[in-house]
Amino acid sequence: MTILTPLKSALILAAVLFSGTALAERTLLNVSYDPTRELYQAFNQSFIAYWKDKTGETVSIQQSHGGAGKQTRAVIDGLEADVLTLALSYDIDQIAKQARLLPDNWQSRLPNNSLPYTSTIVFLVRKGNPKGIKNWDDLIKEGVSVITPNPKTSGGARYNYLAAWAFAEKQLGSAEAAKAFVKQLYKNVPVLDSGARGSTTTFVQRGLGDVLLTWENEAFLALKEFGEGQFEIIVPPASILAETPVAVVDKIVKKNETQDLAEAYLQYLFSPAGQKLAAKHFYRPYQPEHADPEDLKRFPKLEFFTVDKNFGGWHKAQKDHFDDGGSFDQIYVP
Amino acid sequence: MTQSNIMPGFRPALGFTLFYLALIVLIPLSAMLLKTMQLSLDEYGAILTNKRVLASFYVSFVSALIAAVVACLLGFVIAWTLVRYPFPGKRVFDALIDLPFALPTAVAGIVLATIYQPNGFIGQLLMQTFGVQVAYKPLGIVVALIFIGLPFVVRTIEPVLQEFDSAMEEAAASLGATRLQAFIKVILPNILPATITGFALAFARGVGEYGSVIFIAGNMPYVSEVVPLLIITKLEQYDYAGATAIGLTMLIVSFVLLLIINGLQWWVRRRSGQL
Repeated sequence: MTILTPLKSALILAAVLFSGTALAERTLLNVSYDPTRELYQAFNQSFIAYWKDKTGETVSIQQSHGGAGKQTRAVIDGLEADVLTLALSYDIDQIAKQARLLPDNWQSRLPNNSLPYTSTIVFLVRKGNPKGIKNWDDLIKEGVSVITPNPKTSGGARYNYLAAWAFAEKQLGSAEAAKAFVKQLYKNVPVLDSGARGSTTTFVQRGLGDVLLTWENEAFLALKEFGEGQFEIIVPPASILAETPVAVVDKIVKKNETQDLAEAYLQYLFSPAGQKLAAKHFYRPYQPEHADPEDLKRFPKLEFFTVDKNFGGWHKAQKDHFDDGGSFDQIYVP
Repeated sequence: MTQSNIMPGFRPALGFTLFYLALIVLIPLSAMLLKTMQLSLDEYGAILTNKRVLASFYVSFVSALIAAVVACLLGFVIAWTLVRYPFPGKRVFDALIDLPFALPTAVAGIVLATIYQPNGFIGQLLMQTFGVQVAYKPLGIVVALIFIGLPFVVRTIEPVLQEFDSAMEEAAASLGATRLQAFIKVILPNILPATITGFALAFARGVGEYGSVIFIAGNMPYVSEVVPLLIITKLEQYDYAGATAIGLTMLIVSFVLLLIINGLQWWVRRRSGQL
């Protein structure tokens, strides 16, 4: 009897495990970019509980994270994402255009232009801010080393680049001057990583550079991970509004029979609970009234440039700046 | 072919070989060719003569070449030590040589970047004593490629040295040759073909290496950007044809270089009477 009991319970456990998979619970694959990992870990738990409460169905949600460009390409090449939560609308546009997995008007299907939360680009500097970096023009000073990823491969890096450009264009008055400014800035960049997380590692772990240009949420995360004793966040008076949209992938959800689930999942991002979680994980929620006031205190007010207003939308920005032969390639001509 | 053999016979064996080659090599390569053919000759030419692409080819091939030469020298010393001298823990060292084969290259890259970065363990030392920065410079690429290439050299030279009859050395010595003469006239010609093979393997691997390099290279356009990174960059811009065009060119260049190296090896082998 005493020997048999553990054996029996093991058998029962095995039976439960197998029957669990045999029931084929529905799963949702959320393909996202790097810095959202922690947000969606918390959000998924909350959504699974909410869905169970509402429908009685147990679902599981898988997350896939990586550089935004890489993730987009994976979906175009056949990664079966039910929902996308990517860094730029341009990436989802590419999935609509190249793989025809969702309609071109995807961005109009959810509230607030499919933007449950936004972010911006800030500076992370070493404790005490030894180089006295306060604004974008401090980045082009002699002897200031700037860490940012490669805009050709990283969505965050494109925001960094455009923010510096928009600042210079406003300050100096012309696109020519802005180009010279950005060229000067990239002269101060010693390493180009391929994604935002890589750059954070370079700055935080390898101790390279005086300032890291990064997502506001990523800067807060770095601060949380490595303690407030080592780094400081500097928010410039003006920066770019980083609009990170979400979308259901029509063709995949139809095939996986997850349409209702996928839609409810994204709607839940816009609900009070979703908004609260976004703010908690350092994203600026679109309805701040639902967030904890404590969380909101962390977001200082600043002037925002936007890709639409300052650059005529992502397609134009991509073509002018990041496609082959664009301004990024031009400033790198030796 | 009626010759009896342990294997099931010539026909099925050849059939399998061709099938395998087609599945793993020829079909993917022709897909690559087809994709590239979406481009006109002018477009293809424009991609290849782009200064940044040319610069990355230069960086990739030159650093792979330097790394392969260094790996040959170091690899020879290691192989020699392992074969000729008994010492405690020899088997452990022998097993360690293969580690770069098994290690995910990204891990190797991260580890190398960590120790060679300017405030890293070795990087700091090099910076202070020689004022040389390794990580995030082209030199970093060479270091990563030496690390990746070394086992190829050691593993090709080692068996030849093991089989090498030391009676030949003794004969040379008894005929009055100095140690240097014995080395140059007797040992070197015998291990040269194997060394060339090791060189070719290390070089070919180095040219295509991505994982370990991108962490330590710094990835600055025109300076430390390698071809595989540029291919990834093209892919991330959804420029599939451009990416395959660079890939195909790299393949052709590498293939020609390997042919030349193989020819050289054949020539050396024939000259030293090993054929």
